[in-house]
Amino acid sequence: MVGVKSVPSPAISADDRSHEVDHPSSQVAQFGAEQPLRLDCGIDLSPFQIAYQTYGELNADRSNAVLICHALTGDQHVANEHPVTGKSGWWDTLVGPGRPLDPRHYFIICANVIGGCMGSTGPASINPATGKVWGLDFPVITIPDMVRAQAMLIDRLGIDTLFAVVGGSMGGMQVLQWTAAYPKRVYSALAIACSTRHSAQNIAFHELGRQAVMADPDWHNGAYADQGIHPHRGLAVARMAAHITYLSDAALHRKFGRRMQDRELPTFSFDADFQVESYLRYQGSSFVERFDANSYLYLTRAMDYFDIAADHGGALAKAFADIQTRFCVVSFTSDWLFPTSESRALVHALNASSARVSFAEIETDRGHDAFLLDVPEFLDISRAFLQSAGKARGLTGKND
Amino acid sequence: MSVQEVLPLNGLAKEQSGQFRADHLLVAEMVKPGSKVLDVGCGDGDLLQLLETRGVDGRGIELSREGVNRCVAKGLAVVQGDADTDLVNYPDDAFDYVILSQTLQATRQPKVVLENLLRIGRRAIVSFPNFGFWRMRLQLLIGGHMPRTDNLPATWYDTANIHFCTIKDFVELCDTIGVKMERAEALDLYGRPLRLRLPWWVWNMFGEQGVFLLTRGGGK
Repeated sequence: MVGVKSVPSPAISADDRSHEVDHPSSQVAQFGAEQPLRLDCGIDLSPFQIAYQTYGELNADRSNAVLICHALTGDQHVANEHPVTGKSGWWDTLVGPGRPLDPRHYFIICANVIGGCMGSTGPASINPATGKVWGLDFPVITIPDMVRAQAMLIDRLGIDTLFAVVGGSMGGMQVLQWTAAYPKRVYSALAIACSTRHSAQNIAFHELGRQAVMADPDWHNGAYADQGIHPHRGLAVARMAAHITYLSDAALHRKFGRRMQDRELPTFSFDADFQVESYLRYQGSSFVERFDANSYLYLTRAMDYFDIAADHGGALAKAFADIQTRFCVVSFTSDWLFPTSESRALVHALNASSARVSFAEIETDRGHDAFLLDVPEFLDISRAFLQSAGKARGLTGKND
Repeated sequence: MSVQEVLPLNGLAKEQSGQFRADHLLVAEMVKPGSKVLDVGCGDGDLLQLLETRGVDGRGIELSREGVNRCVAKGLAVVQGDADTDLVNYPDDAFDYVILSQTLQATRQPKVVLENLLRIGRRAIVSFPNFGFWRMRLQLLIGGHMPRTDNLPATWYDTANIHFCTIKDFVELCDTIGVKMERAEALDLYGRPLRLRLPWWVWNMFGEQGVFLLTRGGGK
């Protein structure tokens, strides 16, 4: 008989994950009936809450606030230990003492996106109208909806203009949406490994992931919470497929090659003989410990719908007309999810708007994930961009 | 006589000017402080940094990734791009000056590039090595081979410079496309401007490079 081992079950219980949904280990801003979130789909979401983390202090003239926008599976825990996994912050290469975004000089904010599952209102939250988990009754949200919610949070924090909005991947989409929707509130924008619209290939990968979740019998048409279960297997497969797109052929080859996992010879089974299989299974199973399956559907959908040009009569340059924001656009040579050509199209549109833009393509074989890794050239460029913007903003000497 | 004495730049300390190239100092002197400038082919960003000391809002385009990344790492607003293909993306009148420093001879379509410079910018500053320089002529006439100089050390087979011209050729091109020369300078081998108002043929013979401040209109 052929030996089969499926993806291992998560080590962390569903309780740990779902606890963060309603009782996040971070600050929470509540928005009541008088402050609904107007969604692109036409629905007013109310009440809702935003879970957010801050680092550093807001200065006297409120000019040093930096908003970090997280990627698809990120959250507000940018530079602190993760409350569910216990791992260090997901962007501690960029954020921290001595890092390009140093909390000693900036007031750094990161909010869990609307639709997320780490404390901001999303499909895993309780629907106050029914007292049950939202599930698929939660309205479909968009990147502009996420940014609208963040703007309400920034208002609540008493900040008019953000010194910088920074993000990669889906976070980069939010950065661009911020500049298109609130150009006067964004002094500088660092948009990394992203695009002004989601490509057909990326929509295709997302559809693959969603179908994997929906094919899991534990998904129960999104109502799994009522059954006290979670579609681990479907979500893990979705994550495994997505994770491949975050790397590159060269990186996988360098990391794993065709090396075997704890064995010399093939087992003639469907066990994880190869290291790369074992790695992917681990990625899948550790992901489901901390992420909600429906949230994954909603957030991938939001990315698919993203198209700034379409929101501005089809002309991308119109979205950025007369913008005063200082831009830095960064791409990575081996990123095939958001290839350099996407960044170049953005830069052309920004040039057509006479915007002040820097654009660097970083040579690396580490794929899309490079923005999260210790890639010195990327970090040097981010630091220099922020320092130069800080100088122009009058933050000189505080951000070295 | 040092270049600094020839070109006193307001706001630039004397000891500072030594670190900048002679032709950059001349270009910087042509740019009105506080204006908006695009430097096409900005290399490592030395000229943009010099312009920043004069309160100029500077942007750059550079072909090589290494050059771009070095510029961005200096905090400069520089994008990767090609003078031949990417200038069309910029709107009319976007800049007060567009600078093309030692790059014209490396473009595929110098005429189109020049026209674009003066569409995007109200003024253009163009500098290029003069192939009519006496040493060039001598190398071709006596040596019988393609000229090479300290500033242009590449051999004919690995040079990026595919459209060399002389000062005289450039003046004729400006006439042809209706570009007015507001100011013209020729620099000698040491980067010093030829001081006297000499006839064109002298410049064409003794200028190692030409630096021109151009504006729209004029010509034939």
